[in-house]
Amino acid sequence: MPAHLARNPNDPLEPETLDPAVLHDDTAFASGKIAFFQYVSVAVFLFLISGFWKLQVQNNELYTEAAERNRIKSTPILAARGKILDREGRTIVDNHSSFSVYLSRENLKEEHLAAIAAGLNLDYEEVQARLHRFRSRPKYQAIVIKEELTPAEIAFVQSHRDPDTFPELELVHVQHRLYPRDNLLSHVIGYVGEVTEAELDLADFAKYNQGDVIGKAGIERQYNDLLMGVDGQRQVVVDNKGNEREVIGYKDADPGRSLQLTVDLDLQIVAELALEGRRGSVVAMDPRNGEVLAMVSRPSFDPNKFAGRIRQKDWDEIMNNVEKPMLNRAIQSNFAPGSTFKPLVALAALENGVIDENTTFTCTGGMSFFGHYHSCHNKRGHGRVNLHQALAQSCDVYFYNVGNKLGIDKLAQLGEIAGLGKETGIDLPFEYRGVLPSSRWKARTLRQQWFPGDTISVSIGQGYLAMTPLQLAVMTGGIAAGGVWQRPHMVKDPNRIEPRKSNVNIDNINQVVYGMYGVVNQGGTGGAARIPGVEVCGKTGTAQLASNALLKSSARLAAELRDNAWFVGFAPRVNPEIVVAVLFEAGGHGGDAAPIARDVIKAHFDKKNRNVNRLPTLALAPHASKGFAN
Amino acid sequence: MASYRSIKDFDWGLLLIALLICSIGILQIFSAGQGTKWKDLWWKQMIFLCVGLVLMWIISSIDYHTLLGQVPILYGATIVILIGTALFGVKIFDSRRWIALPGGFLFQISEFAKLVIVLLVARFLTELRSETMHWKDLLKLCGLVMIPMVMVMKQPDLGTSMTYMPILVMGVILAGLRWQYIVVIAALALVLIPSSWFLLKDYQKGRIQTFWDPSRDPKGEGYQVIQSKIAIGNGGMWGRGVTKGTQTRYQFLPVPHTDFVFAAFAEEHGFVGVVFVLGLYFLLFMQIVQNAQTAPDRGGMYICMCICATLLFHLLVNVGMVVGRMPVTGIPLPLMSNGGSGMLSVFLMRGLVNNVRLRRFVN
Repeated sequence: MPAHLARNPNDPLEPETLDPAVLHDDTAFASGKIAFFQYVSVAVFLFLISGFWKLQVQNNELYTEAAERNRIKSTPILAARGKILDREGRTIVDNHSSFSVYLSRENLKEEHLAAIAAGLNLDYEEVQARLHRFRSRPKYQAIVIKEELTPAEIAFVQSHRDPDTFPELELVHVQHRLYPRDNLLSHVIGYVGEVTEAELDLADFAKYNQGDVIGKAGIERQYNDLLMGVDGQRQVVVDNKGNEREVIGYKDADPGRSLQLTVDLDLQIVAELALEGRRGSVVAMDPRNGEVLAMVSRPSFDPNKFAGRIRQKDWDEIMNNVEKPMLNRAIQSNFAPGSTFKPLVALAALENGVIDENTTFTCTGGMSFFGHYHSCHNKRGHGRVNLHQALAQSCDVYFYNVGNKLGIDKLAQLGEIAGLGKETGIDLPFEYRGVLPSSRWKARTLRQQWFPGDTISVSIGQGYLAMTPLQLAVMTGGIAAGGVWQRPHMVKDPNRIEPRKSNVNIDNINQVVYGMYGVVNQGGTGGAARIPGVEVCGKTGTAQLASNALLKSSARLAAELRDNAWFVGFAPRVNPEIVVAVLFEAGGHGGDAAPIARDVIKAHFDKKNRNVNRLPTLALAPHASKGFAN
Repeated sequence: MASYRSIKDFDWGLLLIALLICSIGILQIFSAGQGTKWKDLWWKQMIFLCVGLVLMWIISSIDYHTLLGQVPILYGATIVILIGTALFGVKIFDSRRWIALPGGFLFQISEFAKLVIVLLVARFLTELRSETMHWKDLLKLCGLVMIPMVMVMKQPDLGTSMTYMPILVMGVILAGLRWQYIVVIAALALVLIPSSWFLLKDYQKGRIQTFWDPSRDPKGEGYQVIQSKIAIGNGGMWGRGVTKGTQTRYQFLPVPHTDFVFAAFAEEHGFVGVVFVLGLYFLLFMQIVQNAQTAPDRGGMYICMCICATLLFHLLVNVGMVVGRMPVTGIPLPLMSNGGSGMLSVFLMRGLVNNVRLRRFVN
């Protein structure tokens, strides 16, 4: 050591001590420089202290926050979504427990990724791509890399998430959505999914956080806030290795509320089965209060595929399907209703005194209006028909005349009261509004004058007129209920808005209803809807998608653009309890849609009468092998 | 041996300030070590403090003129030990800076070399007996300082080797440089410093790059600086309290007992504590400067001023580093950082300053 080395008197080459006299010289020459050094010292201290001032006093909060973020780790406790029940409390949508693995990116080591991907049976590049997509998000947010872990994968995570192996792994318990099998009620229920980046930029979605699972369609979307619940949180203090030191906060998840639908599963199942293999829609509603009892759209999709993160293959398959299975045709199709519109035309004409029950017109199989020949569906003609006969036989010529005399705007006036041309206001997202033509509508939309000839087509439910099956059910239900049009709804809710009442003369309604009774029960076009013991009333419709001339020109087009078959029916005739609208796309003739409505109406009365023939019920219990996607 | 006038001449003020800073340092090492593998370091530091006090007393009692007279031997021995370290040293973290001593102690010669260089510079400049330096003398002195400096740099220990620089610079400035030389040196520095970039090792380049932009590598080089700044900022005006600093306690702050001890202190005691301790350091330096001003001869003055310069450099670089105003270098904070050799060398310097003070009335 220097102190020891300093005392080495044995070296002969060096004098032990330098002559103090030599050294003792003037130091004054340096005094200015020493003073200068003092100023330099002051400057150094001020430089350092200003650094502390900036960090500790000016930006204290910023760094305190950073220190908090450093040491406090929050793991979400995910709230289970509320169940969705039918009107009798039977479970339609449930949850099941599963584990997801999250990747914490704060202490992520890139070189671990390959091993983690292998252990979790993931594609390494996919994991990398996902990390890349999330790179702009705050680092302290962990990201899901796999859901629905198998027991083996759970074991892998648990055995490798220690600080020395893969501390970036986090196991989170989640409640996963479990939808019914066989696509039951899929369009109504919709599905859930992770909120997307694009959605987060929208004002409506601002309340959600990155990674939240929210309703994307149907009831899941409409009632998301109610169903979603509030995630809980577990806050722990961690050290720099990610070891938990103490738990400083625990807030349990607040599960979402269950939601009871107005849907009757028994009816729903009957409707689903009746439409199986076809393209179209069935809506059953209680006309007294607007409760939707069944709503079917075909083709359908499996919402379980969306319950987690949907696989690209499944997504492409659904999105590229020309039949558009995601479309809820009950509220998202705009088609001409054909003759199912005639009851409204008849009612409008009666109300406006254009006709009465004894007014007759002669049908010779067609008639010319304003230089155009309009044929009746019965080429031989119906002969001389009154209102009752015209409705029962669906005579087009009769209604051409009625419409011509009535005029479009008086028709549109009642149509508006009946809820056409605008959303019904059902509690489902993305409802179509349809088209209720009027002279004002044409001027506004097409910037053209309304020609009296336009009215002729509309009188038989063709032309510009378009509506959804739900609108048809609401329109007809309102007539059946004596001129009270209810707002349709899916969720049992006492706070629904007031129905639209009108001062329709009940005698006029009875005339129309009598005609619809004739359709089914008196040799009319809808005889297939007849149910012994139940007074079913209804109306068939056969709506052309293209002109006769065009259809004749090409056999292929004729097949593709086959007429849509419609049927709308209600029962019983007095104080109706159920109205059913059926759209059978490319179904040919409206008479072919009638049996579907009959099945649903029959199911309703069978159930009501506690018939011996119990309806089949589908198993809705969780079914791991087929029930959900992973 | 005891050639000083009286016990009253001993620089009690300087000793008091040094002991105060040391106590704060030991307290901080104690606090930062709670619940970690460093929990016993504080009493080791106490032992070094005691040894340091003894060494200080010993070196105070040997007339510094005697020490100046032994410079060639001291210098030669230092070079020999440096060579020995390079050949037989203990390798820790890829650098060979220590020689293992019996009892499990590691002896770091580069720390004590500071003292030898102080004596070397003082002796060399004293013998010039002129008010300005000739360029040949300048080159000779630079050469003498550069030999141990380069050897330490090659250990590699850039930080410690850099602490020799202020000794040389301070000595040369005091000895008197012609302004022409200053211009030449400045011009050379302008050329050499950028080109020396290519001589730096990758980790050294990384440190400098990270200094300019800590977020460049928040988990690697920048991590230490970011965590240190968070710790300091977290302290606020009054501090988090002893053992309550979360950055320190949960080990986000790297090496809170050595290089980053002042960040740990700043987190627990806040801006007020920082100003207090920096004030103590300032008093310490001014006390040393005062000793230089009252030194009986040039040799004594050079010794005091060179020691003051290197200590100020330590403080600037270390505290500047923890506060994010200097690049990360492994330079400890004198009197506070844990480390035996550093502690002893600082007390030896203190002893030398005291030595000069005791002989101020010699005629």
